[in-house]
Amino acid sequence: MTLAATAAHAALAAHPAPSGFLSPTGVEIAFLLVGIATLGAALVTVTTKQLVHAALWLVVALGGLAVEYLLLTAEFIAWVQVLIYVGSVVVLLLFGLMLTRAPIGRSPDADSGNRWAALGVAVAAAGALVWVVVDAFRTTWIDLDGPAQGSTEATGSFLFRHWVLPFEALSVLLLAALVGAIVLSRKRGKEQS
Amino acid sequence: MHLAYPAVLAALLFCTGLYGVLARRNAILVLMSVELMLNAVNLNLVAFDVWLRDALHSGQALTLFTIAIAAAEIGIGLAIVLAVYRNRGSSDIDRLRDTAETDAAEALPDDESGTGTEDQATAAAGKAKKAEATA
Repeated sequence: MTLAATAAHAALAAHPAPSGFLSPTGVEIAFLLVGIATLGAALVTVTTKQLVHAALWLVVALGGLAVEYLLLTAEFIAWVQVLIYVGSVVVLLLFGLMLTRAPIGRSPDADSGNRWAALGVAVAAAGALVWVVVDAFRTTWIDLDGPAQGSTEATGSFLFRHWVLPFEALSVLLLAALVGAIVLSRKRGKEQS
Repeated sequence: MHLAYPAVLAALLFCTGLYGVLARRNAILVLMSVELMLNAVNLNLVAFDVWLRDALHSGQALTLFTIAIAAAEIGIGLAIVLAVYRNRGSSDIDRLRDTAETDAAEALPDDESGTGTEDQATAAAGKAKKAEATA
């Protein structure tokens, strides 16, 4: 996967852009390094045979994504990512693994029989998507200068000025999900039997 | 920053999650792969929001909403997986074949493991139910 990314970047370098691709800025180098680490952790997550290790590598991938958000000046989303994904979703997944009595050691049947078909689909989709994305945005540059666009102040301002109604609807959805999860996972009471 | 960096990273993360969803057997590992795909979408939303300098900041607002919906989804999904595990004794998604269309597809892929008898019992129950439905 990283080979494909470097090949795409080499193809990009053939077309000189105004900001100069061959002299990447420090932010770009940091983004690339953290991106490689994130992608590697994601690959280990979907290929490892040890179920608990998959959840722990998912922490690395999601934490790397939080760093990427920080590099894109979306600070508030980075911390929300750390709080919700690394803090609660992975813990929920670990609880789920324990409650379904997942084997601790290597489990040889972690992958199903259609692994090679899945690999073909994923590689084809990755090739198509990377080609389209690189072809479409080869001369596009993000301007990261100026005040951070995702600071807590800016986030609070746009969230509670323009997005209040979806925000409140989302709280209803979270309540419904909470009640639904409790109803689904509750053991059947005596009135049912 | 070149926009291709976050866009390519998001595409590759999405395809990694796609492989996981298609190739994994345990339902909880499938949920992990779904989380990877959702995160790839979030990275795209944030990158394009920062690029476009939207006045409403739609990308970042939608990212926050996606994170909240993903939290709700993982809660409901794990509750369903636990209910299935409690009823069937297994959370392998290629063993749940009660809604298979043909009898050949209803046959389990590998019955030599320890839980084979349980699965055969549930498969037989499903077949009996289907016979009732067709009668």
